[in-house]
Amino acid sequence: MIGLSHNALWVLVSMLMLGTAAGLVGCFAYWKRQSLMSDALAHAALPGVVIGYAILGFKSLPVMLLGAAASALAGALAVSWIRSSSRVKEDTAMGIILSVFFGLGIMLLAIVNRMPGGGQSGLNSFIFGQAAAMVRQDMRLMAAVAAVVLLVVLASFKEWKLYLFDPAFARGLGLSGRLMEAAWLALLVVVIVIGIQAVGVILMAALLIIPAVSARYWTNGFGRMLALAALFGGGAGVAGTCVSTLGDGWPTGPFIVIAAAGIFLLSLVFGARKGLLVRAMQRRAQVRSLQARTIRREGEALP
Amino acid sequence: MSYDGWILLTASLVGLTCGLVGTLLILRRMAMMADAISHTVLLGIVIAYLVTRELTGLHMLVGAAAAGLLTAVLVQWLHARGVRQEASIGIVFTTLFAIGVVLIATRVGNAHLDVQHALMGEITFIPWETTRVPGLGEIPEAVLVLLAVLAVVGGLIFAFYKEWKITSFDPALAAALGIPVAFLHYLFMGMVSVTAVAAFDAVGAIMVIAMLITPAAAAYLWTDRLSVMLLLSGLFGVLSAFAGYAAAWLLDTSISGSMAFATGVLFLISFLGSPRHGLAARRLRARAAARPSAGG
Repeated sequence: MIGLSHNALWVLVSMLMLGTAAGLVGCFAYWKRQSLMSDALAHAALPGVVIGYAILGFKSLPVMLLGAAASALAGALAVSWIRSSSRVKEDTAMGIILSVFFGLGIMLLAIVNRMPGGGQSGLNSFIFGQAAAMVRQDMRLMAAVAAVVLLVVLASFKEWKLYLFDPAFARGLGLSGRLMEAAWLALLVVVIVIGIQAVGVILMAALLIIPAVSARYWTNGFGRMLALAALFGGGAGVAGTCVSTLGDGWPTGPFIVIAAAGIFLLSLVFGARKGLLVRAMQRRAQVRSLQARTIRREGEALP
Repeated sequence: MSYDGWILLTASLVGLTCGLVGTLLILRRMAMMADAISHTVLLGIVIAYLVTRELTGLHMLVGAAAAGLLTAVLVQWLHARGVRQEASIGIVFTTLFAIGVVLIATRVGNAHLDVQHALMGEITFIPWETTRVPGLGEIPEAVLVLLAVLAVVGGLIFAFYKEWKITSFDPALAAALGIPVAFLHYLFMGMVSVTAVAAFDAVGAIMVIAMLITPAAAAYLWTDRLSVMLLLSGLFGVLSAFAGYAAAWLLDTSISGSMAFATGVLFLISFLGSPRHGLAARRLRARAAARPSAGG
C-alpha cells in the first residue's frame, strides 16, 4: 500500500476488528433491549481507567483496561441492584450510574492530571478517543481481544440465538440462563473496554447501537443481521479513523460515529426489508392493485 | 458577594432548577431522554455560535432549546418508523453530539468554546463574567440566566401543576380529559433543554444528567406526594451543590465532577436509609412480616 505506514496499517486493522466485534455484540444488545445499558457502562468505565493509571503511576494499557472492566462491571451490578431492590426504574438507574461514575472519573482525572507527569498521561484521550495515541502494542492487544470476542460469538452462535429469542426453551434444553447472562455481560464489558481508547467513553455506545439497527433494515435473519452489523461496524471504524487522521489532533470517536450514522441513513432510506423507499413502493403497489380491482369490479357490475 | 458565594449561588440555582425538572423527568420515565438532550444541547450551542459568532446567553438558550426539540422530534420520528425507543435515543444523541464535537474540533477550534469546557463546565469563571444590573450592582451573567430559567420553569410547573400530574401518572386519562398530551410533551422537552443549557455553562454536558436525574431519584425514595417530591428534589440538588463544592475544595479537584459524585452519595444514603422506600426499612418490614404476630 502506497503512503500507508506500517503503524497506520495496524491502526486500520485494529479498528476493523473492533468495529466488527462491536457490531456483533451490538446485535445482542439490540435484541436484549439494552442498547442504552452499553452507554451507561461505557461512561462507568472512566473511573477505572484513571484508578488503573494512578495505581501504577505510569501508563500501562492492560492495567487500565482491567480497571475499566472492573468499574464497568461495578456499574452494571449497581444498576441491577438499584432496579431490583428499590422502586427506581431501570432507565433512571442507568442515568444515575452513568453520570455519577463519570463525575467520579472526572474528579479523579483532575487529581491525576495534577500529579507529576500526569498531564502527559494521555488520559484525556479516553474521553473522545484518540486512535493516533495508541502504540503498536495497544493495537495488538485490542485486535487480539476483538478476535477472541469474534470467535466466542461464532462458536456459540446457536446458544445465543436460542437465549435471545426463546429463553424459556433454552432453559428447557438445559442452557443455564444465569451462565448466559454472565457471558453476555462479560462480552459487553470486554468490547466496551477495548473500544474506549479508540472511540472514547462518551461515544463508545454508538458503535454498539448504530450498526445493529442499520443491519435490521436489510434482513430478518439473525445470522445475516450479525454479518451485516459486523460489516457496518468494521466499515465505520475504518472510515472514521481514516478521516480523523486528516487533521491534527482530531478525535477519532466522533468521526466513527458520523460514519456509522451515514450508514444508518442509507439503510433507513434504501434498506431492503423496511427501508423508507421500499415501504413507499410497496404502498404504491398496493394502492395500484386496489384501484385495479375496484375498477374491474365496477366493470363487472355494468350490464 | 464573595467569589465563593457566587459559585455556590450558581451551583445552588443549577441544583434547584434541575431538581424541579428532574422530578417530572423520572416520573414520566424519560431519564434517558434527559441524557440525550443534555448531549445534543452541545450541537445547538455550537451552531448558535457559528451563526452569530457570539456566546451570549440568549443565542445559546435559543440554539439549545431548538437542538433539544430536534432531538425529541427525531427520536419520535424514528420510533414511529419501527426503531425501538432506546435504540432511536442512542442513535440520535450520539450522532448529534458527534457532529457538535467535530464542529468544535475542526472549525470553531481556537474560539472560546472547547471540548473540555463543554463537558465539565467552567464554574470557576462564572463570577468574573458579570453584567451591571441597576440597583443591584455587578451580577454574573450565568446567575441572571439561571434565575430567569428557574422563574420560567418553576412558573410553568406551578401553573400547569394539575396537568403535569395527570399526564405523568395517567397519560391515557389525560388524553380522555382533553388535556393536550403531545403539546405538554414537547413543552416539557423544551423545558429540559433550556434547563440543560442554563446549567451547561456551570456544570457541563454530563454533569447536567447527574443533577437532573439523581436528586429526583433520591427524592422519589422518600415520598409518595408529587409536591413533597418536587421540594425534596430541589433541596437535594442544592445540598449536593454545597457538598460537591466542599469536596472539590478539600481535594482540589473538578467542581462539577464532585457535584455529580455528591448527588450519587445522596442517592446512596436515600437508597439505603430512607424510612419509606429505603433498603434497610424494606428489610426490617420484611422481617417483621415474617415473624408470627403476638396476637396469633
